[in-house]
Amino acid sequence: MFVQILFYAFSAVLIAAALGVILSRNPVHSALALVLAFFTSAALWLLIEVEFLAIVLVLVYVGAVMVLFLFVVMMLDINVEGLRSGFTRYAWLGALTALVVIVQMVSVYWVKGLGIDATQGAPPLPADYSNTRALGEVLYTQYVYPFELAAMLLLVAIVAAIALTMRRRPGLKAQDVAKQVAVRREDRVRLVKDVDAGGTGPGAGGGAGEGGVR
Amino acid sequence: MITLQHMLTLSAVLFSLSVAGIFLNRKNVILLLMCIELMLLAVNFSFVSFSRFLGDLDGQVFVFFVLTVAAAESAIGLAILVVLFRERKSINVEDLDTLKG
Repeated sequence: MFVQILFYAFSAVLIAAALGVILSRNPVHSALALVLAFFTSAALWLLIEVEFLAIVLVLVYVGAVMVLFLFVVMMLDINVEGLRSGFTRYAWLGALTALVVIVQMVSVYWVKGLGIDATQGAPPLPADYSNTRALGEVLYTQYVYPFELAAMLLLVAIVAAIALTMRRRPGLKAQDVAKQVAVRREDRVRLVKDVDAGGTGPGAGGGAGEGGVR
Repeated sequence: MITLQHMLTLSAVLFSLSVAGIFLNRKNVILLLMCIELMLLAVNFSFVSFSRFLGDLDGQVFVFFVLTVAAAESAIGLAILVVLFRERKSINVEDLDTLKG
């Protein structure tokens, strides 16, 4: 009973947060409402004992993706009013589509032809069951090749995001690493005949520090 | 007791709310991206509940991959958005008519 009350409370917060995302005037408020939606989803996933993905959802989405969203929203100087014009023009179409989608999705399991009893609770797990361990055992044996592909995809995404947004501005001081590595001893060091023993010869440190910086 | 019906109904409501959000915020690219994130969350809800209630772990593995792809997608989408804003000084979808499609 207590679990059910918690479920309804979290569901109410989740739906309110989703409404906040789609109806808010300010994109920053939308992003914050989306953060709330992800947090409540993680709580609901914990409620049905899917612990690992709940934690991953908080870490990846709230910790990385939504921070990225907030950065971009605050970095861009957005004219909100221009974007809001005609907000309610297709609202009836949106509401109609949403209603049809709900009816279709819910009707799938209201008819009994699915072969699944959707009114049962979750099967109980043994006391020493670890969701993370079970998931890891599947992920690193059966799904190890897709797992590597996912890692590769993330690498490609990093490179693509950097390559898209990087621009060269004129007059910017930067290190030229290739030039630094390619420097030879003859370019930097000049041997001079040391006449008086004990003292440091002139020009011992000269020449260093040049080059490398464009 | 939470049943599969509860979870799937919640997922359906969440998905249709984000569909409605795409209709409402059709001019604002950044809100379109957020609505897509919300849709993916609803789909992940379905995956997770089917996986848990039918006792098959593969659904949770799939959610893991969906999270990966969604993170990559939003990173590249936001990068494109930043470049777009630098070029056009606007993120209005109606200003993006260079292709005349």
